[in-house]
Amino acid sequence: MYRRVSIRLRKQFVSVLILCAGLVLSVSTAQAADPNKGKTLFQQNCASCHNVHKKVTGPALKDVESRWADKKLLHQWIHNSAAVLATGDQYANNLYKEYNNQAMPAFPSFSDADIEDILAFIAVESTKGPGGPKTDAGPQGAASAEGSDNSLLFGIITLILAIVALILMQINSNLNKLAADKDGVATPEPVPFYRNKAYIALAIVVLFIVGGYFTINGAIGLGRQQNYMPEQPIHYSHKVHAGINQINCLYCHAGAEKSKHAMIPSENICMNCHKSISTYSGPDLFTAEGKKINGTAEIQKLYDYVGWDADQQKYTKPGKPIEWTKIHNLPDHVYFNHSQHVVAGKQQCQTCHGAIQDMDEVHQFADLSMGWCINCHRTTKVQFADNKYYSIFEKFHQDVKAGRIDSVTVEMVGGTECQKCHY
Amino acid sequence: MEQKKYWKGLEELHDTKGHQEIVKNEFREELPFDENESLLNATTPRRDFLKYLGFTTAAATIAASCEIPVKKAIPYVNKPEEITPGVPNYYASTYAVDGEFVPVVVKTREGRPIKIEGNTLSSVTGGATTAKVQAAVLSLYDVARLRYPTINGTETTWAELDKQVKAALGALGGQPVVLLTSTILSPSTKKVIGEFLAKYPGSRHVTYDAVSYSGMLLANEAAYGKRVLPSYHFENAKTIVSLGADFLGTWLSPAEFAKQYGATRKINAAKPEMSKHFHFESMMSLTGANADERFTHKPSETGAVALALYNAVNGGAVSGIADKRLADGITKAARALKASQGKALVVSGSNDVNVQLIVNAINNLVGANGTTIDWAVTSNYRQGIDGDMAQLVNDLNAGSIGALFIHGVNPVYDYFDAKRFADGLKKAKLTVSFNDRKDETTELVKYAAPDHHFLESWGDAEGKTGYFSFTQPTIAPLFKTRAFEDSLLSWSGNTTNWVDYLKNEWIAKLGGQEAWDKALQDGVIEPTTAPALAGAAFTGDVAAATAKISSAKKGGKFELVLYEKVAIGNGKLANNPWLQEMPDPITRSTWDNYACVSNTLAKTFNEELGDDYEINADKKVLKIKANGKEIELPLLIVPGIHPEVIAIAVGYGRSLNAGRAAGNIGKNAYPFVSYNGQTFDYFAADAAVEATGATYQIGLTQTHNSYEGRPIIKETTLEEFIKNPKEVNEDRAELSKYGADFRSDATLYPNYPYPGIKWGMSIDLNTCFGCGACVVACTAENNVPVVGKEQVIKAHEMHWLRIDRYFSGDENNPEVVFQPMLCQHCDNAPCENVCPVAATNHSSEGINQMAYNRCIGTRYCANNCPYKVRRFNWRDWNGADSFENNLYDVADMNDNLTRMVLNPDVVVRSRGVMEKCSFCVQRLQDAKLTAKKEGRPVKDGEAKTACQQACAADAIVFGNVNDKDSRIYQVRTQEQQDRLYYVLEETHTLPSINYLAKIRNKDAAPKAEAGHHEAAHHG
Repeated sequence: MYRRVSIRLRKQFVSVLILCAGLVLSVSTAQAADPNKGKTLFQQNCASCHNVHKKVTGPALKDVESRWADKKLLHQWIHNSAAVLATGDQYANNLYKEYNNQAMPAFPSFSDADIEDILAFIAVESTKGPGGPKTDAGPQGAASAEGSDNSLLFGIITLILAIVALILMQINSNLNKLAADKDGVATPEPVPFYRNKAYIALAIVVLFIVGGYFTINGAIGLGRQQNYMPEQPIHYSHKVHAGINQINCLYCHAGAEKSKHAMIPSENICMNCHKSISTYSGPDLFTAEGKKINGTAEIQKLYDYVGWDADQQKYTKPGKPIEWTKIHNLPDHVYFNHSQHVVAGKQQCQTCHGAIQDMDEVHQFADLSMGWCINCHRTTKVQFADNKYYSIFEKFHQDVKAGRIDSVTVEMVGGTECQKCHY
Repeated sequence: MEQKKYWKGLEELHDTKGHQEIVKNEFREELPFDENESLLNATTPRRDFLKYLGFTTAAATIAASCEIPVKKAIPYVNKPEEITPGVPNYYASTYAVDGEFVPVVVKTREGRPIKIEGNTLSSVTGGATTAKVQAAVLSLYDVARLRYPTINGTETTWAELDKQVKAALGALGGQPVVLLTSTILSPSTKKVIGEFLAKYPGSRHVTYDAVSYSGMLLANEAAYGKRVLPSYHFENAKTIVSLGADFLGTWLSPAEFAKQYGATRKINAAKPEMSKHFHFESMMSLTGANADERFTHKPSETGAVALALYNAVNGGAVSGIADKRLADGITKAARALKASQGKALVVSGSNDVNVQLIVNAINNLVGANGTTIDWAVTSNYRQGIDGDMAQLVNDLNAGSIGALFIHGVNPVYDYFDAKRFADGLKKAKLTVSFNDRKDETTELVKYAAPDHHFLESWGDAEGKTGYFSFTQPTIAPLFKTRAFEDSLLSWSGNTTNWVDYLKNEWIAKLGGQEAWDKALQDGVIEPTTAPALAGAAFTGDVAAATAKISSAKKGGKFELVLYEKVAIGNGKLANNPWLQEMPDPITRSTWDNYACVSNTLAKTFNEELGDDYEINADKKVLKIKANGKEIELPLLIVPGIHPEVIAIAVGYGRSLNAGRAAGNIGKNAYPFVSYNGQTFDYFAADAAVEATGATYQIGLTQTHNSYEGRPIIKETTLEEFIKNPKEVNEDRAELSKYGADFRSDATLYPNYPYPGIKWGMSIDLNTCFGCGACVVACTAENNVPVVGKEQVIKAHEMHWLRIDRYFSGDENNPEVVFQPMLCQHCDNAPCENVCPVAATNHSSEGINQMAYNRCIGTRYCANNCPYKVRRFNWRDWNGADSFENNLYDVADMNDNLTRMVLNPDVVVRSRGVMEKCSFCVQRLQDAKLTAKKEGRPVKDGEAKTACQQACAADAIVFGNVNDKDSRIYQVRTQEQQDRLYYVLEETHTLPSINYLAKIRNKDAAPKAEAGHHEAAHHG
């Protein structure tokens, strides 16, 4: 059980490393128009209304540059469409009318380079055609048995050795008896091993220890459900959203910054993007059992829930909520606040939820036991110097200054006391 | 200073055998298996023990090894922008029930209102609340509410009801329509009513207050030409004389007056002055208990007392008063009133026009008009005229009323001649009730068109002229109810709905949507500068009033007086379990009404103050006859009540339809009211009493939690305090023999540091009036369970915060002191040391923590707590157990609807664990988190406990003692060093709560008045 965790941690570490490397790389190569950077910007800012190949809320952007006479005007349009409309530009005003007099929001924060990046991304996408490149990656991970568990092997060897030892002891006692018979020494009739008190006592002790070990571990584990991975009503892949498409966790789980609940996003949040993303074109998806998933059909499930008609581009039926199965459950007597950990504690989601960006189906990463919480509170350092809240802890500040302590942990400011979580 | 003797009840004063017994036995029962007598008597309980052990082990195993249930997480389809699950929203609203006016702020979580606080933007109440206001949120989830409109008791649709009512209105044939309501504060509702009645010529609106203030309204009309109530300004008064007006508990606007009165009772060595309060009454009221000097008289003498006071103030002598003590009191009060000319105020709780006219005359003489009484801003708190109601009942019986519409009143229950009203009701062609439940009146009408609860409604209220407060829905209507105004609008043919009507009205008045939005957000609109206080010219005919008072008939041997309880009031909120369970401030009883009698009177019924009184719940039942009616009620001895008076609370004896909490509890005392041709009298001058021989159990909490006579109250008089402020705490000097620093030198244990925050609380005994708002606030905030009368009798009540009421001095005329008692969060806590599983321990912020899920229920902690503030869950009150049928539910507190009131940030405790005050740790954590997220230290006043926030008189100060700028630090180190003390400080428990000694503004020192009972008891 614990091995698995350590493997995950290692994996997560690697992914964080790659992530950092990617970040550094992207920063250092921000000179020429970069379609990759453009992709991110596009997905964050444009994708809710625009698709490259399809008309959605806004026009399809394929070959957008060729449609505008002046690239400078296009930049201006993206920066502030209302200003362009005010100049009386014919093309712009026609466009405005065509889309029900709905103005495009202004993006004053875009630099010209940003816009060039986005346009570069659109240019690249334009050449690909709808659907994007197909990849044929098989189900990964499931087949590649990660370093098989040695304990089974050890167990088998131990068992074999124990049997060998038993047989040898039997042979030994038989030989002894034969030798004694030969010498004419009267020996008592040997008791078979299953009626031998020494053996029975030994067996009981072993059983007690082994049984006790499993009983206690089982009892401690009651109510815990580490690695719980229920089937969800929609095969929603965090890997596709948070991993491949790099959507910020907080975009959907906005509550994590504000509330005790991270919040499962309401369906209108999904529709911000999925109004225009109606087909799935990423790598093939598989369930944990290896069943292939049709991504587009899963998006259609969302549409069925919210009552969206993708062809008519409007809501045609009243929406109904999606009944997700809750994975992370805390007992009633535990108070946990996401915003405390995310905002005040500056913790990454992955610390408790694991490499969520690599999970197609989410499972419970940590065991969410009190020991697990406490261990983290004992070792995690608070933002002692940066957060002025801690300015009242004068003694600790003096200690830090004097070098008596090098940092302040959550435990030192009372983070392991009962009534921090139980009230 | 000599320590006075304080007693909670007479059995403690006399130290009876029964009392000694109960003090010795910490817990009332030997074992919790009280249902099974045979178990206790069994010769081999070991077998039973093993059986129980076996069963519990097996049951726990089965329960625990069940599969973990699959939980669903269901998000919104389209999340409303303003709702973030887990983050509360606050909406300004108004508590305007029966004319009481309290602007409030409602806390909602995930769309459910869960807590009501006062609106601090209102200059009328300044954020004050009362127990009733605090409990109002529970009434929203009352299961006894009508859930749909009915015709003859069967469910119908609004369309069908509208059709039939409109048809019936059309067929009245010119007979008038009468709309009968309680006091309505809303100007817009009144406009709707006006428009509705205008459709039917000859129609009228009758206002009827169950407990009437008609006498005041008529006296003001006679004296000042205005049939209104003025605004009172207790804060400007140096001398206050109350003739039976319970202005801190039930009179007119207790939240407002408690705030004002509290301001005159705040005192420290730098400003050693406070108001002087004389109180004349027949029974023992909350306000009387807080008076500096209190005198009793018979209710029939009210007029004589007022008259004597008038004469004394007018320079004459006190005459016509036989009782010497009373006469001296009147003389003294008159002298004080005259001495503080222009800073004096007289109020009266009488509903007699002549008495109120004399009171007006006294106020005129002492210069109250324009200083403590304001006629520029008048108040609308009560508008009912008793004559109108009496006339309506006559008209109904004469068959001359075509249609009767009833809103917010319940005359079949609370009208003195209920039968006559009910008979008349049957003669009206059309009867409609808008009441929220199938109460006694609604049962008899044809059409029930239930109104929304105020937390579901739109509305406005003008408590005082120019002082508006708004009501907005905090939740969508739970049931198929409809706004009262919507019904009227629809029946008068107006197609505008009430929301738009109200909005249009206000947008026109305020000049735009933006101003309206701001008004809703603030909740109140007030004049930008408060109008200057104004007087009025007194033109009353004192001679005529005097003549009428003098000719009033004299009382008989016994007299009866009716009163409202602080919690239950006129009975409208009777189906509120929080209010039913709140111990009455004076009698400390729950869930009942009873006949309050003095010790002297009780002796005539052979009720001995022996072992079996107040210790045992059984009380002798009396039969009381007056005004041709009779009821049987248990007697309850209340020290300080007039020896020839019996006091009975109204508001009880509701029908079972009113709800499980209210139904069949106590007896209805309204039939004892009488009509004197002008106003209702809430007393009977001639009553007969006899013992019936039966007994009845009352759930009294007063003998629970004894201190065994240890000194825990400190008090002095104003005179002595001015002379030597240090005297109160002279005994603290003894602590210095342990060393320079009592905290660290008087113990073997190490002195633990509090590196960040150290929470502390200060409670001022001078401004705690014992009203109980904090008790209900605590109940609401912390999911404190309701246990019901049966369990209260077993001393199983769960209130984390109780208000101990102590008497001292003469048992016939005692002084009273209230002391809120809650977990003291001792820094050297006796409970912590004895817990075998460390379920209770200390935090680095000075909080005595209680981890419920760790507690195994040994109750050692409760046994070792010197303050008796720990509460054990003897039952599964809240449905927190895994076993479904384990629940002990009183009054539908565990209905899924009622449970919506639970605070989701506080866990519900299961059976078998200990609980107690947590200093509202969820609020402290929330304030700290907000500060942390904003990267700044917690500001003083950001973290408030529920009790502190509810207190009208700001008696509770709470904050971080380590913060040198905090109020609590100022109070402890500068403002109140002289009055500050800790309860049982000498035991070195190091409490985090300090008290400020009570100071009485009376002439004599406590020593001089000390009777034989308060003998040697040294601290």
